[in-house]
Amino acid sequence: MHLKSKDLLSIEQLSAEEIVMILDSAKTMKKVLTQPTKKTSHLQGKSVVNLFFENSTRTRLSFEMAAKYMGAASVNISSSGSSINKGETLLDTAVTIDMMSTDFLIMRHRESGAAEFLAKRVSASVINAGDGMHEHPTQALLDVFTMRDKLGHLDKLKVAIIGDCLHSRVFRSNLLALTKLGSEVWVSGPASLMPLDVKQTGAHYTRHVEEAIEGADVVMSLRIQLERMKCGLFPSVNEYFRYYGLDDNKIKLAKENALVMHPGPANRGVEINSALYESDQSVISEQVTNGVAIRMAILYLLNLRRNAL
Amino acid sequence: MNAKIYNAHLIWPRELSEKDQAIVKQDNKETTEIYIKDGCFSEAYDGPFDYEIDAQGLVVFPGLIDCHVHLREPGFEYKEDIASGTRAAAAGGFTSVACMPNTDPVCDNASVVKFIKERAAEVGVVNVWPIGAVTKGQKGEQLAEMGLMKEAGAVALSDDGVSVKTADMMRKAMVYAADFDLTIIDHCEDASISNGGIMNEGLASTQMGIKGSPSIAEDITVMRDILIADYLDLPVHIAHVSTKRSVEQIREAKARGVKVTAETCPQYFIFTDDNCRGYNTLFRAYPPLRRPEDVEAIIEGLQDGTLDMIVTDHAPHHEDEKDIEFSLAKNGMTGLETAFSASYTYLVKPGYLELEDLARLFCSAPERLLKVERGSFNLGTAADLTLIDLEQSQTIDRFKMVSKGKNSPFHEMTLDSKIKYTIVDGEVVYDA
Repeated sequence: MHLKSKDLLSIEQLSAEEIVMILDSAKTMKKVLTQPTKKTSHLQGKSVVNLFFENSTRTRLSFEMAAKYMGAASVNISSSGSSINKGETLLDTAVTIDMMSTDFLIMRHRESGAAEFLAKRVSASVINAGDGMHEHPTQALLDVFTMRDKLGHLDKLKVAIIGDCLHSRVFRSNLLALTKLGSEVWVSGPASLMPLDVKQTGAHYTRHVEEAIEGADVVMSLRIQLERMKCGLFPSVNEYFRYYGLDDNKIKLAKENALVMHPGPANRGVEINSALYESDQSVISEQVTNGVAIRMAILYLLNLRRNAL
Repeated sequence: MNAKIYNAHLIWPRELSEKDQAIVKQDNKETTEIYIKDGCFSEAYDGPFDYEIDAQGLVVFPGLIDCHVHLREPGFEYKEDIASGTRAAAAGGFTSVACMPNTDPVCDNASVVKFIKERAAEVGVVNVWPIGAVTKGQKGEQLAEMGLMKEAGAVALSDDGVSVKTADMMRKAMVYAADFDLTIIDHCEDASISNGGIMNEGLASTQMGIKGSPSIAEDITVMRDILIADYLDLPVHIAHVSTKRSVEQIREAKARGVKVTAETCPQYFIFTDDNCRGYNTLFRAYPPLRRPEDVEAIIEGLQDGTLDMIVTDHAPHHEDEKDIEFSLAKNGMTGLETAFSASYTYLVKPGYLELEDLARLFCSAPERLLKVERGSFNLGTAADLTLIDLEQSQTIDRFKMVSKGKNSPFHEMTLDSKIKYTIVDGEVVYDA
């Protein structure tokens, strides 16, 4: 079985079987990562371009390491220092990259739908590393990988996602992935940072954070962008932490040894306090390791599909 | 131009004036003969005729009028110009179009109105009536020279693209415009709450991760305008109605006797925000496409006369402005070449309306709004006619359209009916 599409644009496009295939493959890749010599030849002779229009540390580095561990030639382009600053359109930039025999085009872009837009127009496999408020599929895959790795299964887990769901692509991708795999997603956060139609998305919404966290197997806190405060969506960091920030009191409501997750980068003391961030329950650091394994798996599986055609 | 059209099956607007009846009385048969003398409807005479048309199998409408188009000239000729825009209008059966003032420079003074009139006389093939801006530069700060624009040929006023900014400015504009017998056409959108949203706020926008514009952005300003019109007892015309609540508010206001009229566009009774899925920029409309319950309400509004007319809001754009990321693409869709067929296909064919209703929506109501003597078969008035074959259908290829703008949402859709002849001042300007 191969992945259906040449691109990885969203969780929406993936079937549950495809997600499981990626998770299984990542399990093998994680073993590679823990070997003394972290090298495979799966992507020997292949080229990977990281095209990042937004700032990123972990995602970009993680893709770059994944490609290098697998033997691909990988190149980074950021919007500063390229023709994008000279007013070149996204499409022209991407076609230019495509014409250099690029196999994988990994893109982060501030506009929702940007990856899908490109995928239709280039022959490289496009991997969405985050598009606006739409999706961040590799983040969700590494999140569910982490949950399965730690808890052993993904069947009927209660996963609480707390924070700014309105602007969060991590929320959207996780909701789709967890729902497809048979788990339940509960969301809470300031109503001003919730989509109006949140109840129709398949998530259980409650205005009481405690209700979302109660009995949860996993509690995931989302990053809050401080600029949301300036446009009137919440009044202060202090108040945000008081009601929505994860701390020892709130986490006590979850199952014992519930996983604490955060996609990073975190604002300590705003959406999560430092003690919890560093506690034994926190798998935030492991998420980073798993991110490399997931990205290796995606590159590997997309490459298999490319070779098969 | 002298002509005779025979075997003509006339479609009359639902409500008839006395003058209309005069021509009816000529002939009580199914079909009749239309005589044109010096470009005007005339009594029967023996000729000689410059041309004759056998209208067997066709229906004949008074020339269709579109009260809301963007011809883009001056300033944006790369999107459309008066020559291409009026040819597109003719191909869609429109004999007259009223063009919005958001050009560059803005049509906010008599010299731009005159320029448009002169260009239209030079290169246009249908009647072009400029709509002047309400405020200078459409900025909502100072009144534009309404009287001078009217003298130069403006038929109405609008800051289309944005609302007349404040309630206070709307009140002043309404009062001042009334002295010159001009109606204000308001694009209703409270920009403080739409706040940069680019599609309808709802499940589709949530799932696509696109900033939504709530339907209440329209409703709030519709209510504002109705309250001001009621308070002043003056007319106001609501542009491109897209929401259920707007329809309800207008219906209720009309019942109270408020002088409010309103228009909608085919996109608002055919498509919904779900058409945007897949980030299809052809469905970025302004106001945005709404929900199925809004579509239903718009159709009801057209049925009971709450909505007076169908306009296109023809908004041509260059392909480079559409073939880009969804959030960066321009709003708007073309409509001149598809509006009649789309209305016939989606309103008449399913039985919501009859052909006579389309004559009301496309001919007599626009005539009343713009106070022009077109849009009927009145003896002695200019002979504008649209001849349509209802039996033919057409599959739309947006790249083959007459308009310079190729941004039609009807691409690859099949629409019933086909415009056969468009006649302006007795002259055939489009012949399929």
